[in-house]
Amino acid sequence: MRYLSDVAALTRKDLLLELRAKETIPAMLLFVLSALTIFHFAIPRGSSDVAALGLLWVAIVFTSLLGLTRAFVPEREQGLMDALVLAPCDRSTIWLGKTIAVIAFLGIAEVVALPAFTLFFSGLTLKTVAAVALADIGIAAVGTLTGAMAVAGRARELIQPLLFLPLSIPVIVGGIGASATAGPKFLLFLALYDTVFVLLSWAAFDFVAAEA
Amino acid sequence: MFAIAIVSVFFWAPSDADQGLSQRIFYFHVPIALTGYACFGWGAWKALRHLWKDDPNADLESYVAIHQGVIFGSLTLITGSIWAKISWGVWWVWSDDQLVLFLVLFLFYCAYFMLRYSVDPGPQRANLSAVYALFGVVLIPVSFLAIRLSHSFIHPVVFTRSGAQMTGTMLTTFCICLAAMLVLFVTLYQLELAGKRLDTRIRELKELLT
Amino acid sequence: MVRARNLSKRFDTRRIFDKVDIDLDVGGFLLVTGPNGSGKTTLLRVLAGLAAPTGGELELPVRGEIGYLGHEPLVYKQLTPHENLTLFARLYRVPDREQRIRSLLERFALWDVRDKEVATFSRGMQQRLGLGRVLLHEPKLLILDEPFNALDTAGAALLDEELATRSARAVVVATHDPERVEGLATERLGFA
Repeated sequence: MRYLSDVAALTRKDLLLELRAKETIPAMLLFVLSALTIFHFAIPRGSSDVAALGLLWVAIVFTSLLGLTRAFVPEREQGLMDALVLAPCDRSTIWLGKTIAVIAFLGIAEVVALPAFTLFFSGLTLKTVAAVALADIGIAAVGTLTGAMAVAGRARELIQPLLFLPLSIPVIVGGIGASATAGPKFLLFLALYDTVFVLLSWAAFDFVAAEA
Repeated sequence: MFAIAIVSVFFWAPSDADQGLSQRIFYFHVPIALTGYACFGWGAWKALRHLWKDDPNADLESYVAIHQGVIFGSLTLITGSIWAKISWGVWWVWSDDQLVLFLVLFLFYCAYFMLRYSVDPGPQRANLSAVYALFGVVLIPVSFLAIRLSHSFIHPVVFTRSGAQMTGTMLTTFCICLAAMLVLFVTLYQLELAGKRLDTRIRELKELLT
Repeated sequence: MVRARNLSKRFDTRRIFDKVDIDLDVGGFLLVTGPNGSGKTTLLRVLAGLAAPTGGELELPVRGEIGYLGHEPLVYKQLTPHENLTLFARLYRVPDREQRIRSLLERFALWDVRDKEVATFSRGMQQRLGLGRVLLHEPKLLILDEPFNALDTAGAALLDEELATRSARAVVVATHDPERVEGLATERLGFA
């Protein structure tokens, strides 16, 4: 109970920060729309819908990367990780609070991006939408952890994409598979990815947040 | 050990019926790849030891194992693409699961080095490296599954290699090569570890003198 | 409250400090002096539990009972004082939250600006808020790194008062200019 109220306080803080700064969500929205527009010119006429779906997934991963790169900037800029780490709550709440905020940002970006995709390219199946939702969880969980790792070093946000993209390859595979093939195989794969990496990130954050 | 391996590859093992001489690179490629996995696995084991038991040597050992892993990984990519060139006439084949997986791992572990070099030496760096190394061993099976599954929408025909159908001599040769590679890894691992420790010791002495 | 025996810290092979012994009880005041870059900040981070010592033994209060103020005020600049203190009061499980926040903000002369973004404040005001944040949960061990540097006169007077009337806590202060708190110190540690 206490754990959940700590998580709620931290998520609320991140949502409030975004509400004030209005930086991440507008940037993500503009980015995903720009990306979809560029993709229109990138796929030749007569290409299959599968090609367009593939690009949708590329757009989702890179848009999320944009948000994830910003995720720990408020903490990093003012050394606030120290203040959070000293609080008597379980350190994994910092990760979980941030992950939930990132899922919310991603959700907002996708509420615009998915209809825009149907408008520009082709319709989406319910299964694709489910796959996007499942992918968001895994992306946010892993990306928040690598984000915390990235801000710990000198290279700051620069190495976030390098840390995150190799880990996101299975998500892309699962997502495109779910969009392009029949049967629940790929949704199950995405659920498996989520389970494994959510547990791993949750357990590992304690070591990432502080040295002592 | 290595000499025996080379001799047995070229003179003892029978030539493959349809691939001929080129098939012999198999005796290098696959053991190198397996040794690469062993390196990453050992690195992750040491990473776990660091996080769990706070073993003071584990961080360096984990790093050295992963460093060796990346070297063997690069060799896997090179031998794999030579094999691909000989067998299929192209330098790169996306249908070879092992090769694609090593590409993913290569990217992942290069990021590991970027991470490690972006943090100052100390407990923080040891922790971050260890966590990322653990993510690596989890990524190996997950990526492997992903790559397998991806055939259903990327390639209509799945290439299967008849790796298991080896004759007795082929299997023995293969085992000798694998053992040789593992011995090579252990030797290099010890060597690099000794070098790194010596380096630390020298810097400590220098610090004491100033 | 704080026991350190033969405490040492190094970065890679570089020694930051060596063989530090500390005994600090409730009511104690440890003054850490030395020029900039002599390792004061690192020692304070170790005592706050933010950095791991390389060697030696260290006994500290549990995590929630420490208050640490570094060079930065450690508050979210995009949030208001009230929102900042609410967040930390929740995380530190401060009882009678609203009342405690109100009394602190009034005492630190920030009640009138409680709903303004911290980013619009002067450095002195931000540091005052930072001080309010570390006192919020009544820490048993208060660790302050160069606290007078960024504080304005009003804030410094409040801090003097807080340090002089420390009743149920131990205090560690690091400064390169010890005159102001010299009289209060019960223990001293000089860094070269």
